[in-house]
Amino acid sequence: MPSTKVSMKVNGRAVSAEVDTRTLLVHYIREHLKLTGTHVGCDTTQCGACTVHVNGQRIKSCTIFAVQLEGAEVTTVEGLAKGKQLHPMQAAFSEHHGLQCGYCTPGMVMSAISIAERYKGKALTEDIVRHELEGNLCRCTGYHNIVKAVMAGAKAMGG
Amino acid sequence: MYAFNYHRPASVAEAVKILKASSDGRCLAGGMSLIPTMKHRLSSSSDLIDLNGIKELSYIRREGDQLVIGALARHVEIADSAEVKKSIPALAALAGGVGDPQVRNRGTFCGSLCFADPAADCPAGLVGLNGTVITDKRRIAADQFFEGLYETALEKGEIVTGVSFPIPEKAGWAKFANLASRYAIVAVMVAKTGGTARVAVTGAKASVFRVAEMEAALAKNFSAAALDGIKVSSAGMNGDLHGDPDYRANLVSVMAKRAVQAS
Repeated sequence: MPSTKVSMKVNGRAVSAEVDTRTLLVHYIREHLKLTGTHVGCDTTQCGACTVHVNGQRIKSCTIFAVQLEGAEVTTVEGLAKGKQLHPMQAAFSEHHGLQCGYCTPGMVMSAISIAERYKGKALTEDIVRHELEGNLCRCTGYHNIVKAVMAGAKAMGG
Repeated sequence: MYAFNYHRPASVAEAVKILKASSDGRCLAGGMSLIPTMKHRLSSSSDLIDLNGIKELSYIRREGDQLVIGALARHVEIADSAEVKKSIPALAALAGGVGDPQVRNRGTFCGSLCFADPAADCPAGLVGLNGTVITDKRRIAADQFFEGLYETALEKGEIVTGVSFPIPEKAGWAKFANLASRYAIVAVMVAKTGGTARVAVTGAKASVFRVAEMEAALAKNFSAAALDGIKVSSAGMNGDLHGDPDYRANLVSVMAKRAVQAS
């Protein structure tokens, strides 16, 4: 099997491995680095449960190969909290019960942080939040509280 | 997924060399269409040539009377570009409605053209706006680029480096999206330039197509009312659980009017 060496930073830690070229970033994160907070919810690049940040942008880690991430900085849901102190967006999801089964939550939180950053200093409305969450599906259909959590989290982040 | 060799060239010349030397190589830009089909084993390649390291392909600029977009310009960059919003706002609207935010952060306009998915938005943008595909060796007019379902005029070993658009007087984009996939069930780009009009439809057939009768009507009177009563035949239209051919044929008329209203 063709393989390639790749080095990147994940949650601030330098990691390096020889991987099969087919390895998707999400599988590298989950199976090589054992960071299982990032989920796989579909096989069609639609659900967004695998959303992570690459060089500050949210992307679907199921639709990029690990070998493409040479030199990149990746942040997963495990990289958000500082010790026991939750990231303000995580705290907002907890406070507003922005989850039901929790499966989509890691991707929702990563997208929510990107939304807060994109609209920092601009008026963020519920309509915008719903539009910006189009790449994250909640199969419990618990969007109502997720939207509330994103609004509150964005405010707590200084938006 | 089938195995492949991975390459990350730093220039177009190097990419062309690797592509030509491979037995069945393919270029990778955003990968938002290609990687899902590879995951499903619907597509296999001996080699993937990752264009993401070629910085010279990442641009959006005005060149005289043309808007030119590089092969690595992401949908989000096109949607947010002040130059695109000023020159062709309908193109910014199209780019801002592709897939979802995560897909727009990676996906590229040119990659979508090369993939030629029958329900993708970008082919209607190219044809409706009468753009030109720029490759490493030639320029291909929009009307000559698409040849059918997932088929384009690109030759083996040819790499798309960008796309250019003339600036229309007016253009409008309207899309009826599948709410799960965000692909177009039917979407229409209309444009007016001088005494001519173009109407390009995606999602309805195996490939993007123009509607001559609507174009003739809009050339005389560029208004939604000019399209009143113009029906398109459902022959050859796609039918699936989202809409049968008659439903799609009707949607073409509805979305064409909405596109004119959005212009």
